[in-house]
Amino acid sequence: MYRYILKRLLLVIPTLFGAALLVFTLLRLIPGDICVLRMAGTGGYFDEAAIQTCRVEMGTDLPVVGQFFSFIWGLLRFDFGVSMWTGQPIISEVALRFELSLQVAIMATIVAILVAVPLGTISAVKQNTWIDYLVRCISIAGIAIPSFWLGIMIILGLLLTSQHLFGTPWMPPITYRPIWEDPLYNLSMLIWPAVATGYRYSAVATRMTRSAMLEVLREDYVRTARAKGLWEKLIIRRHALKNAMLPVITVIGIEFAFLIGGLVVTEQVFNLNGLGKLFVESVVNNDYTMTQALVMLVVMVFIFVNFLVDICYAWLDPRIRYS
Amino acid sequence: MKSIRLKTACAVLAGIAIGMSAALPAGAVTPKHGGILKFVVPAEPPSFDAHRETTFALIHPLRPFYSLLIRVNPDNPSSTTDFVCDVCEGPVPKPTDGGKTYTFKIRKDVKFHNGDHLFAQDVVATYQKIISPPAGVVSARKAYYVMVDSVTAPDHFTVVFKLKYPSGAFIPALAVPFNFLYQKSQLDQDMHWYEKNINGSGAFRFKDREAGAVIRGVRNPDYFVKGRPYLDGFDAIFAKKESLRVQAIRGDRAAIEFRGFPPKSRDDLVKALGKDITVETSDWNCVLLTTINHKRKPFDDVRVRRALTLAIDRWGGSQYLSKIAIVKTVGGIVFPGHALAANKKELQEIAGYWPDLKKSRAEARKLLKEAGVDLSKTYYFNNRAVDQPYKIVGTWLIDQWKQVGLKFEQHVFPTGPFYDVLRQKKEYDVSADFNCQSIVNPLVDVSKFLSDDRSGSQYGQWQDREVDALFDKMNQSADPKEQRKLMREMEKLTLDTHANGFITLWWNRIIPHRSYVKGWKISPSHYLNQSLDNVWLDK
Repeated sequence: MYRYILKRLLLVIPTLFGAALLVFTLLRLIPGDICVLRMAGTGGYFDEAAIQTCRVEMGTDLPVVGQFFSFIWGLLRFDFGVSMWTGQPIISEVALRFELSLQVAIMATIVAILVAVPLGTISAVKQNTWIDYLVRCISIAGIAIPSFWLGIMIILGLLLTSQHLFGTPWMPPITYRPIWEDPLYNLSMLIWPAVATGYRYSAVATRMTRSAMLEVLREDYVRTARAKGLWEKLIIRRHALKNAMLPVITVIGIEFAFLIGGLVVTEQVFNLNGLGKLFVESVVNNDYTMTQALVMLVVMVFIFVNFLVDICYAWLDPRIRYS
Repeated sequence: MKSIRLKTACAVLAGIAIGMSAALPAGAVTPKHGGILKFVVPAEPPSFDAHRETTFALIHPLRPFYSLLIRVNPDNPSSTTDFVCDVCEGPVPKPTDGGKTYTFKIRKDVKFHNGDHLFAQDVVATYQKIISPPAGVVSARKAYYVMVDSVTAPDHFTVVFKLKYPSGAFIPALAVPFNFLYQKSQLDQDMHWYEKNINGSGAFRFKDREAGAVIRGVRNPDYFVKGRPYLDGFDAIFAKKESLRVQAIRGDRAAIEFRGFPPKSRDDLVKALGKDITVETSDWNCVLLTTINHKRKPFDDVRVRRALTLAIDRWGGSQYLSKIAIVKTVGGIVFPGHALAANKKELQEIAGYWPDLKKSRAEARKLLKEAGVDLSKTYYFNNRAVDQPYKIVGTWLIDQWKQVGLKFEQHVFPTGPFYDVLRQKKEYDVSADFNCQSIVNPLVDVSKFLSDDRSGSQYGQWQDREVDALFDKMNQSADPKEQRKLMREMEKLTLDTHANGFITLWWNRIIPHRSYVKGWKISPSHYLNQSLDNVWLDK
């Protein structure tokens, strides 16, 4: 088991270096100049010399190789530097938004698990009945509907319904307050994006649960359990569901990692000041240092979540542990 | 005796009351104190230093913290020439010394938020940073002040600007809303201090900031205009998506957005909220231009460039585009509301503005034929990936050119790559471009039409010394009549005779806001009249 974990940990180093090289190169290939954007992007008058001063200040006039080594050296010291756009330390800009993104990801995951596991299981157990068809319809719709569109519909629905019922339109708050400061306000803001993203997330997980359950329910050991006269609910809960969870956990892990920094449009729809919104803004603003840091952060989150998933695999399936 | 005195006193009081009510404009109501104004801002300022930035995203949340030397009259912001003192005393001074010296008297009751008094030396240090920044300090608009010879403070409450030559562009340039007054002692310690910190003398004090989310301000009890501001504070909420900003006003999460909405959003809000929404509109000191690449064939030929502008139906476009986009007014190179702008008759003498569209397009076809333009070829139109108004007007332009047989393909890019094509690579035949200024100052604003070695924002790669000479002459003339005459000549050369580039339509600013927001008046620019000291909430 320890050797297994150590192997997984060692794989992190080349993955991080590869990601760093890739993001650094790709960003330099994107056309545009942060200083031109900042000075000329508003269509107003600007001084040409100001652009050159800005380039010197940002360090974009330095050789690319030098910029790369400075980036890697910073990474090794966990120093991401300052945002080229705002001039603020990246770590503080990210920390501010990480809390919100993490809360939305956790809430969406809870919504997804609460919906997906029971629905997927029922759908598999009641295969080809109206219940199965209904669940499949709901889950296919969840995959087909983009979360941001659902978000827009939720806001419009809330505005119209509240105006119809109470005479004044209501929409979720557009500024954030932490859950420990004002739980009601916090939840009234974040429950809606959690539902919008959780629906798509649960649809993916429901389909995965259903197909994994169908496969497991046809296994010999399930037939043996039934032949021994075990109670059906016990067979499903203890023997079938546990084994069917392996691919479901993978899906949940990948989706969770995606939610940290991946909600680029949904966060804008609900005006959530999260990592996804920061990501879009940093790319649009040609803020190299911020984009690099965010990509590395997302890579780290993915690696960490995959690592946890691997450990869960080993815990759930002894064959992996002992191989 | 006592009763006579009482009656006299009552009569005097009643007289005063009647006199005061007569002095107030009809329908005027007494402003109420209190409340927090919540408004949405489409973007976040990169830094807090207004001298280095060019975006309205800085003005909206930060202007209320600062004072200016002079400003646009907040009671009459739609005027392009009505300037009033902010920290100076009395009316805006008239020049002496043949138009070359301006002497400002500074108020004695102005305090920075840290408690220190504002002196003339602070004003001088501010303008020295703007006009002649030290090495390594960015000043975006220092070229506005090429006419300034020196700025000095003979005493604590007097500032003297000496000019190299009389210039009509000077006073408007002083009123630029980015000229926040900074404290000399802070600048002496660190010229970059104001990039990350705030210490102004404006109506509001900085409360806090959540990066990417909100900037909050609270009432400044020491503000030098007694009884102001009316508000207890404000929340400037950053919201990038337009649909969200519209819904925020609808759901009363915000009361106003100061940049402007397209007509559809205005109509949606009015339909949903009725009398709870008030709509203000104004011509906007932003114009969508078309930059022609003079180094690419066949656009190096003046006949082809004239054909491009002759093909466009500006008068018709103004009517139907204004229903779906934030463009409306037909104009030349000067903001349509200004005294230096061309009137309709003058405009109709310029190619592309003729009243007879058929004649105009026939002339365009003739010119294209004469120039031997290959009409089977598809040309490259560079545009910005922003709906309002770029993509809408871009699509319209392509249709207009199609009417005379010219085919263009529209290439749409986000702002960074768009500028890369326009400024660096120059791989376009024709490009959308824009000129968006804060203060209406035509003598400076038209510098975009100068030769590319004179203007950093002219991307068409042309040199036109005739236009340059007219511009210089106009800027050194103190006579408005002569300025106007020279401006007409410059306009005719730029848009018609040499057809260096051309104007499509001027923007139209539409601000639908909650009706309880009072005191704020629309101006011709989303940069102006944002001090919020006269805004109050009728709740």
